[in-house]
Amino acid sequence: MKLTLWTYEGPPHVGAMRVATGMKDVHYVLHAPQGDTYADLLFTMIERRNHRPPVTFTTFQASDLGGDTANLFKRAAQGAYDRFKPQAMIVGASCTAELIQDDPGGLASTLGLPCPVVPLDLPSYSRKENFGADETFHALVRALAQPCERTREVSCNILGATALGFRHRDDVTEIATLLRSMGIAINVAAPLDASPEDLKRLPAAHFNVLLYPETGEGAARWLEKTHAQPWTKTTPIGAQATREFIAEVAALAGVSPQVDETNLRQPWWSASVDSTYLTNKRVFIFGDATHAMAAARVARDEIGFEVVGLGCYNREFARPMRACAKEYGLEALISDDYLDVEAAIIAAAPELILGTQMERHIAKRLGIACAVISAPVHVQDFPARYSPQMGFEGANVLFDTWIHPLVMGLEEHLLTMFREDFEFHDAAGPSHHGGKATPAPVQQILEPTANAATQMIEAAQALADALHWLPDAERELKKIPFFVRAKARRNTEKYAAEKGVTQISIETLYEAKAHYAR
Amino acid sequence: MSLDTPTTGCLHTPVLRERGQREVFCGLTGIIWLHRKMQDAFFLVVGSRTCAHLLQSAAGVMIFAEPRFGTAILEEKDLAGLADAHTELEREVERLLSRRPDIRQLFLVGSCPSEVIKLDLSRTAERLNARHGGAVRVYNYSGSGIETTFTQGEDACLAAMVPSLEETAEANLLVVGALPDVVEDQCLSLLTQMGIKNVSFLPSRRAATAPKVGPNTRFILTQPFLADTAHAVERRGGERIVAPFPFGEEGTTDWLRAVAKAQGVMLETFEAVTAAPRARARKAVAAHAETLRDKTLFMFPDSQLEIPLARFLARECGMLPVEVGTPYLHRGLMEPELALLPQTVLSEGQDVDLQLDRHAALKPDLTVCGLGLANPLEAAGYATKWAIELVFTPVHFYEQAGDLAGLFSRPLRRRAMLAGGQA
Repeated sequence: MKLTLWTYEGPPHVGAMRVATGMKDVHYVLHAPQGDTYADLLFTMIERRNHRPPVTFTTFQASDLGGDTANLFKRAAQGAYDRFKPQAMIVGASCTAELIQDDPGGLASTLGLPCPVVPLDLPSYSRKENFGADETFHALVRALAQPCERTREVSCNILGATALGFRHRDDVTEIATLLRSMGIAINVAAPLDASPEDLKRLPAAHFNVLLYPETGEGAARWLEKTHAQPWTKTTPIGAQATREFIAEVAALAGVSPQVDETNLRQPWWSASVDSTYLTNKRVFIFGDATHAMAAARVARDEIGFEVVGLGCYNREFARPMRACAKEYGLEALISDDYLDVEAAIIAAAPELILGTQMERHIAKRLGIACAVISAPVHVQDFPARYSPQMGFEGANVLFDTWIHPLVMGLEEHLLTMFREDFEFHDAAGPSHHGGKATPAPVQQILEPTANAATQMIEAAQALADALHWLPDAERELKKIPFFVRAKARRNTEKYAAEKGVTQISIETLYEAKAHYAR
Repeated sequence: MSLDTPTTGCLHTPVLRERGQREVFCGLTGIIWLHRKMQDAFFLVVGSRTCAHLLQSAAGVMIFAEPRFGTAILEEKDLAGLADAHTELEREVERLLSRRPDIRQLFLVGSCPSEVIKLDLSRTAERLNARHGGAVRVYNYSGSGIETTFTQGEDACLAAMVPSLEETAEANLLVVGALPDVVEDQCLSLLTQMGIKNVSFLPSRRAATAPKVGPNTRFILTQPFLADTAHAVERRGGERIVAPFPFGEEGTTDWLRAVAKAQGVMLETFEAVTAAPRARARKAVAAHAETLRDKTLFMFPDSQLEIPLARFLARECGMLPVEVGTPYLHRGLMEPELALLPQTVLSEGQDVDLQLDRHAALKPDLTVCGLGLANPLEAAGYATKWAIELVFTPVHFYEQAGDLAGLFSRPLRRRAMLAGGQA
């Protein structure tokens, strides 16, 4: 048993719903009690879809248990076929139905429905949403893909995009446009916007482009093994990764890697002098592994930030994430407990957080700037405008989105110079934002939360207890803009501890500043 | 519209009962407002990842601070041995209580999986109560979807609290149902002005101010979905005051009149206290009624508020209900409402696909439905009001009557604005 306040991922059947809802002409019959239909609103409200997800919930009640839940399932499956006439159906159980062991796959096969019926076996008590999506897509591909001739001209499939994915809609458009500009045809993009008929033709492509390993790697591996289609390993997030992706694709397709970069503005925006102030800004990165690892590279190598924390919530990707974090001199944070993430953020004292909806909440509580880079996200992260994360336009979007939350360069200088101006002070927040941010007092932030958090905080507290800030130094610290104050405090205390100083004076503060000067 | 509009009522209207896919929340959802109402309470759902995901998704914008609810997620090993699951649960509760010393009331909330594996939460609650000896009171109830629909979760929660309320022989008035604080204050003010003393609320904002009950308790419901709680109070000796529910000017007046009568308030006092707010409420509703008059109304089942709200929309706003769906129709509580509701189609339970077929055939001007249906219906050309807002917004009593009407008129006005018409 594990106590959870907020979760990064839903249960695996929500992953299956992401696949079914992203596709066309598929229907999912889910053996589930009343209430599980809440998942519909993820798609109709958060993603603003204009159709109900193609899911029939059997809606069994307590009075049905021990009675006839199996026939209830059969009636629902038959009814769903008759009403919606899908090209293929998937059938499965939610967490409660898993306990009553009705075997939806077996029951559906007795109906003799005139379309392929793909049973799902998603263990609700040990796995989560991304696994559910990956497994569902994999199962559909396994059941539907037919051996066929390769297309005459070179072509590929684009794999992994689902409903409710973070910017999946725009990423697919961006990458498809890029591939076509290289002379590569798109055979099928799936699951998003594909039909079961489309999945049959998957093996006609010469290779696969895997955009989202979290939700498409199972299918990509199976297609490689069964239909000898190689798949791309580079995720094209950021200018450099996009160029690498182009080289990888060009080699697979036997085409030229020369691509027009006219619309790639991010490298110049980053090189232009206005961006100098971004140098070594401390950034904490957390999300799904694919987006977090890609963001770390863009942050350090393309924008010039310092990555001070890196991690992911999906344990399935712990190994590559750990290896990646090592390259940044960090230990990866692998956790799906947002309290652990909050504790790590407090300890790292970043100036910017790149994370999910959860980290946005944490950032708000701590008064730290934040941009969202990964699912889970909320309604405001499904923008009306075209806003990919991938490809060259994606690189432009990343620059804009990550810089926007920060105080602007010149403003930062003015805040430093005139620290006590009653109107123009750091607590008022960046001047290009409408809202006023009021950072929470440090004591409140440090309220003990989870075990890991408590330990870190106790360690920090022990350090602070051993040290004593003289009143003058404490006052001087308050003159430092809030977005670097936590870092200044931490650096000073670390410096004092190293030097064996227990009384922190203004001199200690400035010595520490000189010591850590960059 | 006024009180003397002739209606034949729905007391004898046959009810269409359906059984199929239900597009409704389960009873866990009530935690979203209950944990804000009771400021020293923590709600611990014993369930699956689905339960946790439901709570954060239903909360819409997730509540930013650490919420006073959480989910103890059952894992594979908990399913294997129930004895261990009980031990695990107690361990999680102890951790929680040591981390949150401000908690005075803890609700262990059963879910579909915990009910199916027959995890006995009452036993855990008993043991924890014995151990914490009064510092924290531990309750248990089920909010599972196999037993409860949406607002029935509040009913189950309040009903669980009633047996341990302190006994009193004093005459008192108990107002039952979780109301927004501002509304509760208004209600108390009206009752006090009428000279009614010894009024208390269930649930109270804090454990220390919990109401007392006994043979001289009169109680009245503010929400139509509290049947089990009403029975529980009756078992403690309380006597229910029968009235329509306090939605709109008419509902509020009838509700207050029933209380006044039961408490022996003079008619002149009742009139003097209610005259001004009644006039205000009528005026506020009138502004919206212009938009709503003669528009057809279709209500999908959601919160059990459907019948009282249809009554308000029909009688005070001039709408024409064409189907009023409710997840559960409790005749005993709904009789005064049914007597007032103009003739319409009543449905109970749901088969969402069949109901959507009827809806498409009727093409109503305004559809009240859950979040899963609202955008698809909007995209199909219907004006919709999402029902969950009705339980998340102050809508009871006089001063909210205009706001309540506004919740329904806004979608119509908005459509007109976006179509280039007048607001």
